[in-house]
Amino acid sequence: MSKYTEDDLREELKTKEYEYGFYTDIESETFPNGLNEDIVRAISKKKEEPEWMTEWRLEAFRVWQEMTEPEWANVHYEKPDFQAISYYSAPNSKPKYNSLDEVDPELLATFEKLGISLDEQKKLAGVAMDVVVDSVSVATTFKKTLAEKGIIFCSISEAIQEHPELVKKHIGTVVPQKDNFYAALNSAVFSDGSFCYIPKGIKCPMELSTYFRINQAGTGQFERTLVIADEGSYVSYLEGCTAPSRDENQLHAAVVELIALDNAEIKYSTVQNWYPGNSEGKGGVYNFVTKRGLCETNAKISWTQVETGSAVTWKYPSCVLKGDNSVGEFYSIAVTNNYQQADTGTKMIHLGDNTKSTIISKGISAGKSQNSYRGLVQIGSRAQNARNFSQCDSLLMGNECGAHTFPYIEANNKSAQIEHEATTSKIGEDQIFYCNQRGIDTEKAIALIVNGFSKEVLNKLPMEFAVEAQKLLEISLEGSVG
Amino acid sequence: MLKINNLHASVEDKGILKGINLEVKAGEVHAIMGPNGSGKSTLASVIAGKEDYEVEQGEILLEGENIDELAAEERAHKGIFLSFQYPVEIPGVSVTNFMKTAINETRKAKGLDDMPANEMLKMIRQKSEMLEIDRKFLSRSLNEGFSGGEKKRNEIFQMAMLEPKLAILDETDSGLDIDALRIVANGVNKLKSKDNAVIVITHYQRLLDYIVPDFVHVLHNGRIVKSGTKELAHELEEKGYDWIKEEVGA
Repeated sequence: MSKYTEDDLREELKTKEYEYGFYTDIESETFPNGLNEDIVRAISKKKEEPEWMTEWRLEAFRVWQEMTEPEWANVHYEKPDFQAISYYSAPNSKPKYNSLDEVDPELLATFEKLGISLDEQKKLAGVAMDVVVDSVSVATTFKKTLAEKGIIFCSISEAIQEHPELVKKHIGTVVPQKDNFYAALNSAVFSDGSFCYIPKGIKCPMELSTYFRINQAGTGQFERTLVIADEGSYVSYLEGCTAPSRDENQLHAAVVELIALDNAEIKYSTVQNWYPGNSEGKGGVYNFVTKRGLCETNAKISWTQVETGSAVTWKYPSCVLKGDNSVGEFYSIAVTNNYQQADTGTKMIHLGDNTKSTIISKGISAGKSQNSYRGLVQIGSRAQNARNFSQCDSLLMGNECGAHTFPYIEANNKSAQIEHEATTSKIGEDQIFYCNQRGIDTEKAIALIVNGFSKEVLNKLPMEFAVEAQKLLEISLEGSVG
Repeated sequence: MLKINNLHASVEDKGILKGINLEVKAGEVHAIMGPNGSGKSTLASVIAGKEDYEVEQGEILLEGENIDELAAEERAHKGIFLSFQYPVEIPGVSVTNFMKTAINETRKAKGLDDMPANEMLKMIRQKSEMLEIDRKFLSRSLNEGFSGGEKKRNEIFQMAMLEPKLAILDETDSGLDIDALRIVANGVNKLKSKDNAVIVITHYQRLLDYIVPDFVHVLHNGRIVKSGTKELAHELEEKGYDWIKEEVGA
């Protein structure tokens, strides 16, 4: 009988290379390392920004200088040297392309390796792409279709140029410059990102999709995303990430702001697969993200995330339920393997009456990884009849990983109804043998069990994304049962 | 169909099976009985290829081929099916999805394409009707919150779907009331044919009133100490296992 022991599995896991580990050699223009007011000005100038934007960045930089890195998260890592990072890097072939033929062939090859070639994506009717490689948008598709509906979907740099009134009015209103250390840093140096505006009463006819990647050795990526859904509008936004493998740590500190005005709905889905580091925990992306949405009256914001990558994840997509009857949702799958550390969850801030929030969090830990759920449900004193339901499930694989749950509840209004459920389970050898006996091999069995565990969240993803997410779960956990 | 020669097997260095000899031909039903701890379930697990068990001596032949080196899933692909005494729960995976995966993995191993969805649905409909299974049941998570009877019926449904050559029913009667027992046994009888074989592992005789064996073997201390026809089962029911123990001088 072939013996496949836990040690074999562990070995297999260690020797498993990062499947998306490759590096695109595109000439780029990179700033010298270090950060000061001159660098902030230079970034702003490089992007031909108006004076108010430069000032806004400088304000953020000054605040950031006074701040210290947060240490409360359940993650341990060597702090980045912020003076050893280059804050700007742009692909050289700069002008925007009207067709794929004009795009750098090497870039297209990269996309093909990822299995998300633009060719394929363009064919997938209903998906418009704003591709961000190393901080600058290089291709935008379906823009015309969107424009007919009055929908603006472009890079944030372009939005600053073309729609300054919208950007100026909304940027920093949900995540202020001084919100936290990383948000302040991002506000000072963000290089690019996406901007989306859906006009009143318009339902965006397609899923909006952006692929972010980090591509240049030693350059941090500071993306800034702003999505505004005007009254009565609807948009579903997809964000997916993969990054080439790299030895030194790559810092990523993005800020995403969502604004759902009265009766509007925003669905924001993320699949994140940045390089998690090698089997000894060396390298890998540091992902310190601030994501927050604001709901006005009757508005709804749904965050769905599948997090499989990064060495360290620090991320809490949140909803401020300001308007009466507004709804916030958070559906999350976080997978950690080897030495990965994830501290992720959400904040639901109930301010309006009859506000409702749902939190479904699925943590899957394997190897020597640590996976923490951290969530805050806060009911304001004037929020009548607020309701929250939270469910946090953890799945463990092997004996060396950890799952932690830190639920915080602050209810300042007696009419609030708050429910919290939590479970922890382990993939058992009995489950694996049961599957084996039915003809399903161990790899497939794990995929099946993990998909079953994650189903409630996977179901929330748009179809084409769900397939990709399932694939990622399988890749991230291959051979990792104990 | 199945031939076991002088099989010795251990778990965690503890010898459990100490020289099993057994031959099961196509079309036959064999019952393996014995007191608790005699090695009945171990025998089932060893035939199915559970990794915790170490075969120390002897061989297991399926249709003349030594399957000793094959992983559990490979044995399954060759037509071995084990109905578990304690079927495990897999939350979030529906019975239908589980069966679809199992069937298609087996087809893949044989170099076949996935079974077309309409064919799969037709098969599910047929088999569930045959076993009187409400199809709503099939969209529930595998074994999650199932009653004892539902779990065992689900095992037999899987057997029906996978159409094995050799089915081993491990204590299928445990935890079943008489009605559930009858339904499960009827299912097994409907699936029986001249081309397949069934091994029924049981502690009690009552299941054998419904699934009538051609041969009955008594397992004691890791050996088959007595073989006979179904009359032997009745004798055991009357007298218990002690006389056998005395007879073999254990």
